[in-house]
Amino acid sequence: MRSPIRRSAQAAVAVAALSLAAACGGGFDDTAEQQESGSASLTMLIASSGDAETQAVQAQVDAYEQESGNTVEVQVAADLSQELAQGFAGGNPPDVFYLDASRLADQADAGNLFPYVDQVDDVDDFYPNLVDAFTYQDTQYCLPKDFSTLALEINDAAWSAAGLTEADYPTTWDQLASVAQRLTTGEQTGLVIGDTRDRVGALMVQAGGWFLNGDGTEATVDTPENLEALQYLQTNLAAGSFAYPSAVDAGWGGEAFGTGKAAMTIEGNWLVGAMEADYPDVGYTVVPLPEGPDGPGTLSFTNCLAVAADSDAQDAAVDLATYLTGADAMTALTQDTGVLPSRQSLADAYLEQFPERQAYVDGAEYAQGPVNAPGAEQVLLDFDSQLGGLATGDPEAVLQSTQTNLEPLVGG
Amino acid sequence: MTAAPAPAGGLRTRPLRGAGAAGASRAGQGRAGWAFATPQAVLIGLFVLIPILMAFWVSLTDWRGRGSPFSGTVGFVGFDNYAAILTEPGLARQDFMTSLRNNAWYVLLVVPLQTAIALGLALVLNSRIRAKGFFRTAFYFPTVTSSVAISLVFIFLFTGGGAVNALLGVFGIDGPNWFSDSRGLLHLAGDGLGLWDSANPPAALTDGGPLGLTWWDWLSGPSIALAALILLVVWTSAGGYMLMFLAALQDVPADVREAAVMDGANRWQRFRAVTLPALRPALFLVTTLGLIGTWQVFDQVYLISQGNPAKTTLTPAYLSYTSAFETGQWGRAAAMSFVLFAIIVVLTTLQRFLMRDKDAAAEKKAARAVARRRTSTTFFHADR
Repeated sequence: MRSPIRRSAQAAVAVAALSLAAACGGGFDDTAEQQESGSASLTMLIASSGDAETQAVQAQVDAYEQESGNTVEVQVAADLSQELAQGFAGGNPPDVFYLDASRLADQADAGNLFPYVDQVDDVDDFYPNLVDAFTYQDTQYCLPKDFSTLALEINDAAWSAAGLTEADYPTTWDQLASVAQRLTTGEQTGLVIGDTRDRVGALMVQAGGWFLNGDGTEATVDTPENLEALQYLQTNLAAGSFAYPSAVDAGWGGEAFGTGKAAMTIEGNWLVGAMEADYPDVGYTVVPLPEGPDGPGTLSFTNCLAVAADSDAQDAAVDLATYLTGADAMTALTQDTGVLPSRQSLADAYLEQFPERQAYVDGAEYAQGPVNAPGAEQVLLDFDSQLGGLATGDPEAVLQSTQTNLEPLVGG
Repeated sequence: MTAAPAPAGGLRTRPLRGAGAAGASRAGQGRAGWAFATPQAVLIGLFVLIPILMAFWVSLTDWRGRGSPFSGTVGFVGFDNYAAILTEPGLARQDFMTSLRNNAWYVLLVVPLQTAIALGLALVLNSRIRAKGFFRTAFYFPTVTSSVAISLVFIFLFTGGGAVNALLGVFGIDGPNWFSDSRGLLHLAGDGLGLWDSANPPAALTDGGPLGLTWWDWLSGPSIALAALILLVVWTSAGGYMLMFLAALQDVPADVREAAVMDGANRWQRFRAVTLPALRPALFLVTTLGLIGTWQVFDQVYLISQGNPAKTTLTPAYLSYTSAFETGQWGRAAAMSFVLFAIIVVLTTLQRFLMRDKDAAAEKKAARAVARRRTSTTFFHADR
């Protein structure tokens, strides 16, 4: 019995050695050589809502190729974070890519990003709180290509059916609660609000709270302000005048709104495109979110054009990113895609074209960006999962557990 | 592991050679065997063994997903990642234990159900019914359909206003909003029986519990959302396992069955004493494959629920995926998959032990005992 075992062992070692030799043949640590600027070839990884957006981006990229002499390959990701992760792990990431503000801290902390904002002259033209969303530990990493904010959408037919007029558009929490009450009928809920931090967070901001303090150095979840926001939500959920989308058998607020299950919803400007495509006959009005005890508050959602630290044509990549966030390209890119231009100088022209998006653009002044701490995603997912049971749950316990989980991640 | 015997018949006809020559010939055969096996072995080593070892290394580091995990800048953290999901109180462990709880309930329901249904379908198809071919295809169909298509169909079937609830409505039952209902079935059953009130659970269960979850959480049972997933998976996979049982049923010796009939055994006795023992290898195969497959469930969760509602459909495989690709905690994600691997190995071994052929095991034991006795007698004789 002994000799076969010994022989197997020898064979196993041989196989392992051979395999290792084969595996390492390619080598993991190819050091990138910087390409000469002027004729660099770049790859750009984007997430796209559809053909229209892809073509708009491609048109601008074509224009950039003409102007610079660089070649750019645009890749549309099916799953952006997964494809980015593969690029970083393989040491061959796309040179320029879309990056959601909520993912910035993770990527910056891992050293994946090349900060280029200090090379740009007209940073002041971008909304300051959008630039802040891409600032991590005092470094401004990338420029926002566009943004979206939350507002209150009101179904016109339901509104007049309840005997309400334009003068009744809610501007405070109390008014919101009372009109929601009036709009709630058998088949229709007053307000449908998504059960995630990306909607409920707006209430927290209006109450004067948020997950982190102003400069993101401290977890401030378990505060009286946040508690007030959750209690307000809980009271109205229990009363039945507010509801989560799943409670009315909808996938998201927009679906509930379009199908008439909700008289009001809180969504962002992406709702405009969705309503046009799926529910073109529903008339509605967009107004700013009502003010809470601490004044107005909304949330912003934004993507930037990030440049990879491991890019082998960094200068050209920065060049491309600044070109695509320039005034001309941004005007073209925010034309059909339903997003708002992140440059303040473009707001007036944009509103002339799309006056009904006033409420969304107005939110830019005071909008709160996403939580900016590495590893926060799991904590916030946990918060979301607890929000689902808020109607009968204990809001203070939700805040306390989130506080406990978030604390170790910030201020380190 | 036994050395393969040389083809004795071939050798015997040849003139006897010296012992050395025979040994050389056997060694030559061994070399030839290895030569044939090497390409395959290298491929397995390259694409299975080495990646597993690499993943194990990643599970011992704080690699953030940038560049090679084997470069000098990656920190070695020992078993910290394992500690974070197994021993240290915190969100990471709570999430992982929640996913294990969900998956355990899932396995506990899916494996017996799909095995029983597959066996039942196979028995029906093995009897003398009409249109056998049609039913065989119909039962097997879900297994060969893409899980993406099936998942989408189930999403529509199980929405609040979907076909399932419409059907329940016919019987006057107000169906739940399946994929967004996080209430546990055992909690609900306890409510129904008056054992406890879910809104106000007994303090004895909520006060403590092992591994970061309370007893109340561990004993929730699968949520309604998870139950819908369970129905989906049982429906999909039962057909595939049915085919394995069907193949095994064709091998049940007809003479033994006839002998049983002659002995006056009734239908149930024949099933119990003849068919089932003959199906033991197939049963073992089906439960083992079922056990491994169900502990690794991923695609239905990814497509339908993403761990929602309230994390009641979170599974270790899905949690590992999100930890790696979405939050960049590669070490922790790798550690999760190794813990999952260990769980599967332990449970499969346990299942092998429980399902071993007890008669054969007893015979083997007796044979060993006889052999031992004989050796000791030899010694005794030698002494004499």
